[in-house]
Amino acid sequence: MAILTMREALNQAMREEMKRDPNVFLLGEEVGHYQGAYKITSGLVQEFGDWRVRDTPIAEEMIAGVAVGAAWVGMRPIAEMMTFNFSLLALDMMVNHAAKYRYMSGGQIRCPMVMRGPSGAAAQVAAQHSQSLESYFAHVPGLIVIMPSTPKDAKGLLKAAIRDDNPVVFMENEVLYNIKGEVPDEDYVIPIGLSEVKRTGHHVTIVAWSRMCYHSLLAAEMLAKEGIECEVVDPRTIRPLDEAPIFDSVRKTNHCVIVEEAWPQASVGAYISDRVQRECFDDLDAPVFRVNAPDVPMPYSKVLEKLYVPQPEKIVEAVKQVLA
Amino acid sequence: MPKKSAALKSRASAPAKSAPPAAKASTAARSEVVKPLAPGKTSKGAPPLDRAEARRLYRQMLLIRRFEERAQQIYVEGKIGGFLHLYIGQEAIACGIMSLLHKDDYFIGAYRDHGYSLARGADPKPLMAELMGRATGISRGKGGSMHFYDIPNGNFGGDGIVGGHIVVAAGMGYAIRLRGSEQCVVCFFGDGAINEGAFHEALNVSSLWDLPVVFVVENNMYGMGTSVERASAVTALHERGAAYNMVHLPCDGMDIVKVRDTFADAFARARKEKKPTFVEVITYRYRGHSMSDPGKYRSKEEVEKWQEKDPIARLGMFLLDHKFATGKELEAIDKDVMVEVDDCIKFSEESPWPPAEYMYEDIYVKTPTLNWRAVEKDPAWERSLPDDRVPVIYPPHVSQGVK
Repeated sequence: MAILTMREALNQAMREEMKRDPNVFLLGEEVGHYQGAYKITSGLVQEFGDWRVRDTPIAEEMIAGVAVGAAWVGMRPIAEMMTFNFSLLALDMMVNHAAKYRYMSGGQIRCPMVMRGPSGAAAQVAAQHSQSLESYFAHVPGLIVIMPSTPKDAKGLLKAAIRDDNPVVFMENEVLYNIKGEVPDEDYVIPIGLSEVKRTGHHVTIVAWSRMCYHSLLAAEMLAKEGIECEVVDPRTIRPLDEAPIFDSVRKTNHCVIVEEAWPQASVGAYISDRVQRECFDDLDAPVFRVNAPDVPMPYSKVLEKLYVPQPEKIVEAVKQVLA
Repeated sequence: MPKKSAALKSRASAPAKSAPPAAKASTAARSEVVKPLAPGKTSKGAPPLDRAEARRLYRQMLLIRRFEERAQQIYVEGKIGGFLHLYIGQEAIACGIMSLLHKDDYFIGAYRDHGYSLARGADPKPLMAELMGRATGISRGKGGSMHFYDIPNGNFGGDGIVGGHIVVAAGMGYAIRLRGSEQCVVCFFGDGAINEGAFHEALNVSSLWDLPVVFVVENNMYGMGTSVERASAVTALHERGAAYNMVHLPCDGMDIVKVRDTFADAFARARKEKKPTFVEVITYRYRGHSMSDPGKYRSKEEVEKWQEKDPIARLGMFLLDHKFATGKELEAIDKDVMVEVDDCIKFSEESPWPPAEYMYEDIYVKTPTLNWRAVEKDPAWERSLPDDRVPVIYPPHVSQGVK
């Protein structure tokens, strides 16, 4: 197994799928000759040319709309959002078009497209560039939402997303682009909608995805030194949510902490919390505990920013509170 | 053909009594400007209408009108719900354009979409059944008036979000370029859509990348109740094409012969040169924006003035002038169409309502890459029938990949 960064894993996934299937193409702002705003698409335009790696004007609704239209007639586009903050300009395409036409046409239409890009807080880019908007997409039947936390998951899930016939929103995390991990050498896909237990333990279940899964694993290591064993469940796919492993874990540990980078109200974590309390009510020894960003926009100053994003220490604190 | 013209007119709904004088004056002025329009200067035009094709188109336009008149009637009876946007007055556009499309071309339009499907030759029975929300509807009763689709015939039908589908059309054009085929895309939208950002984003890249898309703005003078003069800084809408370095021209939408001439050139440009065209088709909707619109923003005189240019009556005159049909034959065609529409209603009323499980179908495609267990078990969806039971019916020309 090779050790790759998340960036390299994502790049490999796209390169391999574009080689495998001539219907796959990529479009977005700076994806080609600039080599990608975050260098995820580095080298692809040299290999596949301008038509399959399409630099676009800054027009997010068009980027998503071109992907939708091409997907409806049999292509497999990957639309890169420079960051998911800008995807709000393309929300109509995803919600009203990608997610709806199959239903409204009585099953006549398929929309095999991927919208991908970085999501979440980066480093001091302030309120408009630091949002975790997964609940916007996860709210919508017809969309699939994936948020990987490791290079292996990122590659396997992106390849699955490209091969899948449904519209997929694939949200990466800018801070995780440089983390390293083992990635299988052979061609592999990870099925969409499959939760994974990232660490086993018996005292408390932590449900977390993307960067917060990474933070939760760090927190679990810190807690292990104090004799508290956390089980970390990574849903990996936010919609459809594979709930069974979460419930199984909570039934074993009797405690549940849900960690997310997003705001607390109307979030994915709020939904998982509802599901856990409904399905595991008799198994819970304490109410489900949630860790979120504070219910405010992201401030610029690095001192305030550090307070904003849930850090491993905050997760440690939450676990101790739920076990108290 | 005065008799026919009168008959058609009598079926138009009563327009409002008064309108703001300013709006009245300006739309009237615009219609004068449109009158002398001829096919484009460099036009080769469409092949002349022969007897069979002219009669076919006459019947088709009449089918759209009678279909919608009956839909309007049964809407009032409560047999159709929601929105019902009627195409009456604009029939020459859809019929003229579709008569030039190839089997493997695509089109997509906005929510005033009954005419597109009928003009593309869809069986009207499932269309009426869709309006009535029946299981036999073309979209299984889940789309309604705004959402007719017939994918095997490249019909991506009706979009309910003003302007949204214009960028989607560019995407279909992009797929054609990747594939290298000689297909083209037609994208219909109303004058209300051209102030949406999506319109500008789509025209820009279609010209920038040479996409084979023909953009058709059906300027029926009003976006809902707001006249073009009150919504657009440029009232000759086609001129906006100049901003994107795109061939742009107006066209008389009340004359199917002119529609065909204009669009034959646009399609040739798309197929051979891979260049888009932006055509402003000047037309008029006789009825309100939807069934809930009493039309108080325009005068009875204005509506009547446009009804004098009726596109069906005009083609009827063409048929008589060329001795392609007699007055009696035209009447027989009308009767035949009425019978067909009555059959559609009978078929729809006898059709079953969609069973409850339809609600949970056609959301996701069951694919090997998707853990279907998670989808099925998601209690938010209570999904009982996971499989896409309706086979996806992409013919080779729709789903074919890059050569």
